[in-house]
Amino acid sequence: MANVVTKPQVHEDDLLIEEYGYDDHFHDHHHGDKYQSNFITTYIFSQDHKMIAKQFLITGMFWAIIGALMSLVFRLQLGFPEENMAWLKPVLGKWITVNDAGIGSLAPEFYYALVTMHGTILVFFVLTAGLSGTFSNLLIPLQIGARDMASPFMNMLSYWFFFLAGVIMFFSLFLNTGPFSGGWTAYPPLSALPQASTGSGAGMTLWVVSLVFFVVSVLLGGINYITTVLNMRTKGMSMWRMPLTIWAFFITAIIGLLSFPVLVSAFLLVTFDRSLGTSFFLSEIFIGGQALDHVGGSPVLYQHLFWFLGHPEVYIIILPAMGIVSEVLSVHARKPIFGYKAMVYSILAIAFLSFIVWAHHMFMSGVNPFISNFFVIFTLIIAVPSAVKVFNWIATLYGGSIRFNAASLFAIGFVSMFISGGLTGIFLGNSAIDIQLHDTYFVVAHFHIVMGVAAFFGMFAGIYNWFPKMFGRFMNETLGKIHFWGTIVGAYAVFWPMHYLGMAGVPRRYYRFDSFEAFGTFEAMNQFITVAAILTFGFQLLFVINFFYSIWKGKKMTNRNPWNATTLEWTTPIDTGHGNWPGKLPTVQRWAYDYSKDGKEYIPQIQPVGDDEKPDSH
Amino acid sequence: MTAILVTLCIILISIIVVQIGKVTELASKMRGEEEAELRSNRTQGGYQILFLIVFLGATIWSSIYYKDSMLWYGPNESASAHGGSIDYIFNITLFFTGIVFVVTQVLLFYFAYSYRARRGHKAKFVSHNNKLELVWTAIPAVVMTFLVVGGLDAWNEVMADVDPNEEYIEIEGTGYQFAWHLRYPGPDGQLGARDYKMISAKNPLGQVWSDEKNHDDFHPSEIVLPVDKKVRVRITSRDVLHNFYLPHFRVKMDAVPGMPTYFVFTPTITTEEYRQKLGALDANGQPKYPEWHEPSDPEDPESPPKYEQFDFELACAELCGSGHYSMRRGVRIVSEAEYENWLSQQQSYYEATIKGTEADPFAEAVSQEEGSEEETGMSEELIIEGEPAVGE
Repeated sequence: MANVVTKPQVHEDDLLIEEYGYDDHFHDHHHGDKYQSNFITTYIFSQDHKMIAKQFLITGMFWAIIGALMSLVFRLQLGFPEENMAWLKPVLGKWITVNDAGIGSLAPEFYYALVTMHGTILVFFVLTAGLSGTFSNLLIPLQIGARDMASPFMNMLSYWFFFLAGVIMFFSLFLNTGPFSGGWTAYPPLSALPQASTGSGAGMTLWVVSLVFFVVSVLLGGINYITTVLNMRTKGMSMWRMPLTIWAFFITAIIGLLSFPVLVSAFLLVTFDRSLGTSFFLSEIFIGGQALDHVGGSPVLYQHLFWFLGHPEVYIIILPAMGIVSEVLSVHARKPIFGYKAMVYSILAIAFLSFIVWAHHMFMSGVNPFISNFFVIFTLIIAVPSAVKVFNWIATLYGGSIRFNAASLFAIGFVSMFISGGLTGIFLGNSAIDIQLHDTYFVVAHFHIVMGVAAFFGMFAGIYNWFPKMFGRFMNETLGKIHFWGTIVGAYAVFWPMHYLGMAGVPRRYYRFDSFEAFGTFEAMNQFITVAAILTFGFQLLFVINFFYSIWKGKKMTNRNPWNATTLEWTTPIDTGHGNWPGKLPTVQRWAYDYSKDGKEYIPQIQPVGDDEKPDSH
Repeated sequence: MTAILVTLCIILISIIVVQIGKVTELASKMRGEEEAELRSNRTQGGYQILFLIVFLGATIWSSIYYKDSMLWYGPNESASAHGGSIDYIFNITLFFTGIVFVVTQVLLFYFAYSYRARRGHKAKFVSHNNKLELVWTAIPAVVMTFLVVGGLDAWNEVMADVDPNEEYIEIEGTGYQFAWHLRYPGPDGQLGARDYKMISAKNPLGQVWSDEKNHDDFHPSEIVLPVDKKVRVRITSRDVLHNFYLPHFRVKMDAVPGMPTYFVFTPTITTEEYRQKLGALDANGQPKYPEWHEPSDPEDPESPPKYEQFDFELACAELCGSGHYSMRRGVRIVSEAEYENWLSQQQSYYEATIKGTEADPFAEAVSQEEGSEEETGMSEELIIEGEPAVGE
């Protein structure tokens, strides 16, 4: 290459760190770096948070592709139920039944298995592990000025439990009776009784085992994130100086720690019902020509336990994306995030409220209608902190000098998606409207836009923004921009029309719509959605190609702080080794958002505060 | 062979994609990084406005195009007394959220465009503004209060159970894999007791035959109801969760095994009237809803138009297994006189199938009758006692 980088003798950041940082004697203890001595300890059983972040990301991408392909298959069924699907037989085997005329069709059991797996994989493996796992791991130590996580070993275990959960779930796809097919919520009795559905036998067993391992992974990670943020912040990094990313990851970890164990208790009880003959969730059931002995349980009880996790879970998904977007918008608009403290308080408010709104998923489940009053009130209160966040993001753009690159475009797209999807939540959270819209495509449109697509946009913004930190190279910008525009147009084209389906009353989780006069009149729309979904998936392949090509062949990073950002992760060398900083640890002198202050383009957090200057502008 | 072709295609596309990337990277290098960035900011800023226009245009166009499927507009009007209040809250919410949607999306993309980085333009240092933040916290809070009050008002009215003293018809819908089993109380107006252990091929609902209230209960194949009469649907399930869903009536409630639930509603329009509404002509003599004038059988243009074939429907709205999508029953709303006429044609299930068979406790000698009645009397009472318990 013509422009070989001439390394500056000493980087100015290093001078600052050398002068003001403090010496924790890290490198005295780590001669030879026992953590990364060979291939296995570097790339596989790594205890380095940066490598674990990459492992989470690439595993998450693998699952995202699997989950998306599944959705394409069931979208084909919904859009073109009469088309010949025999060409899928080599992949799906006996789940494609070919009739005498040679026309193949998807078995309804497998349609439901695909829907279930798509939901489980996307919610847990991609948007929880792939998003929170990746960026909490990558950014927490780097942005708070720590050498690594509080317990690197537990951190490694966290990834490998996730991996194990994935292996088990993957294995369940190949069961003779098919994977679990009772919806990602796994409501008993359908999930508890193998007689009720083919997927509720071995498929459900593996599903539960996989998710229990997954919860172990989340807890190991979460304890680590919380401990690291509380105990390992560098000198000067007070809570009110943390970037919003860290606030978001920190609160997310707390929510996860408090809610995921409840899910395990629900799984445990359902397992007892399945295997030991208990009746926690079962009562007065006649199935398969036989009256069961179970009496006195209540399926509604399971729903309470499930949604006690299930609702916080959607915030576990969206909060990290919110944190990433706040950071990315601020950096690329060259402006401090507007209302930093309001942003933190709204995260706290959302986190608190997320624990007292779970039964809004159950307005129509037979719970006492009086109870729903409370859940309606708390649910609609969430609109207030959410609205504050949206207004603050928009105000951050106001008066900025916005650099448009793939990262900032996805951050802007996130805000648009969050507005569109968040507003429909106001319909669904109001129990009276929910009578009609519950379990229709309106719900599908709502949650896909607000926590599916929006969380993906947050994730993409994060990947494009911190790719140089992860791999020392840039992703290709042009492809990134094409990816963005294709995705935002495609995602709206897929999910916007579903609102109309929902308003017309079309229920979700239908294999075909033609059994009903009222639901069968939207063939053209369903075909449009399917075609849009296939095209949108094509744009994601563009991203995957760009990602892997750029790891090895992308444009090299020549400047350690390519975005001129203030935060600590960009004060580490381009080739960030184990321990993150080669010498002393940096000391934080100011808050994280000094952009365009006093005529300077940006002031890094390690820059000492001048005499006439305030360290924090919040 | 196909596999090889597909793989080749993927590889080719990947190469093309990578080349596009490389070319643009080279072009930007030739032009100079800064110049390239400014250029890209200009075009991307323009795209923000372009997207905003296309996006808002598409949402407005699609909502007009699909207005017939929106609640309250076009023919998608509620067919029940309470449904109007649901549609009203829906539309009030649509009004407020619509305003917020347009304003925020416009500001978002407009700001993105107008504050794009360009030469000589510097960002302002604005970190917060407490007054402004207070205002935009208060506004959503006020709007939410308004929506909560309106919504809960409607909710508590809709979900209230019947008053035992008022006049109403009670019917029962029981979900099982994969259909609905319907039961009417017969002339005594009361549904008889059930015990799930007594379910068999001949007794699909497990009716306790020693309970005489069961003797006049009948099992129709469709729901027939008189217009303007209050109906209480007792909703039960035999196996897994189902959901009793009448989309036109804004009725939806889970069917939970072991815990009967209910939904109270009053149909306000007969099937015949609804058909006429769908087939109505506007002032110019043109069909108001052309889609309902298409032939009901697309193969046969001579078949009667769709609106003449219209029926209300009962569906399942809670995933219950592989046949979830097919649990249809017809619903017919008729005049009072037609209803009475229909009732008189129904034969009780007991009379038709059970009476005099082995399953009939009254078929034996009179002396044994008393004993057996007492025996089952216990469980029967328990079932009735537990009935109104919706929720925990």
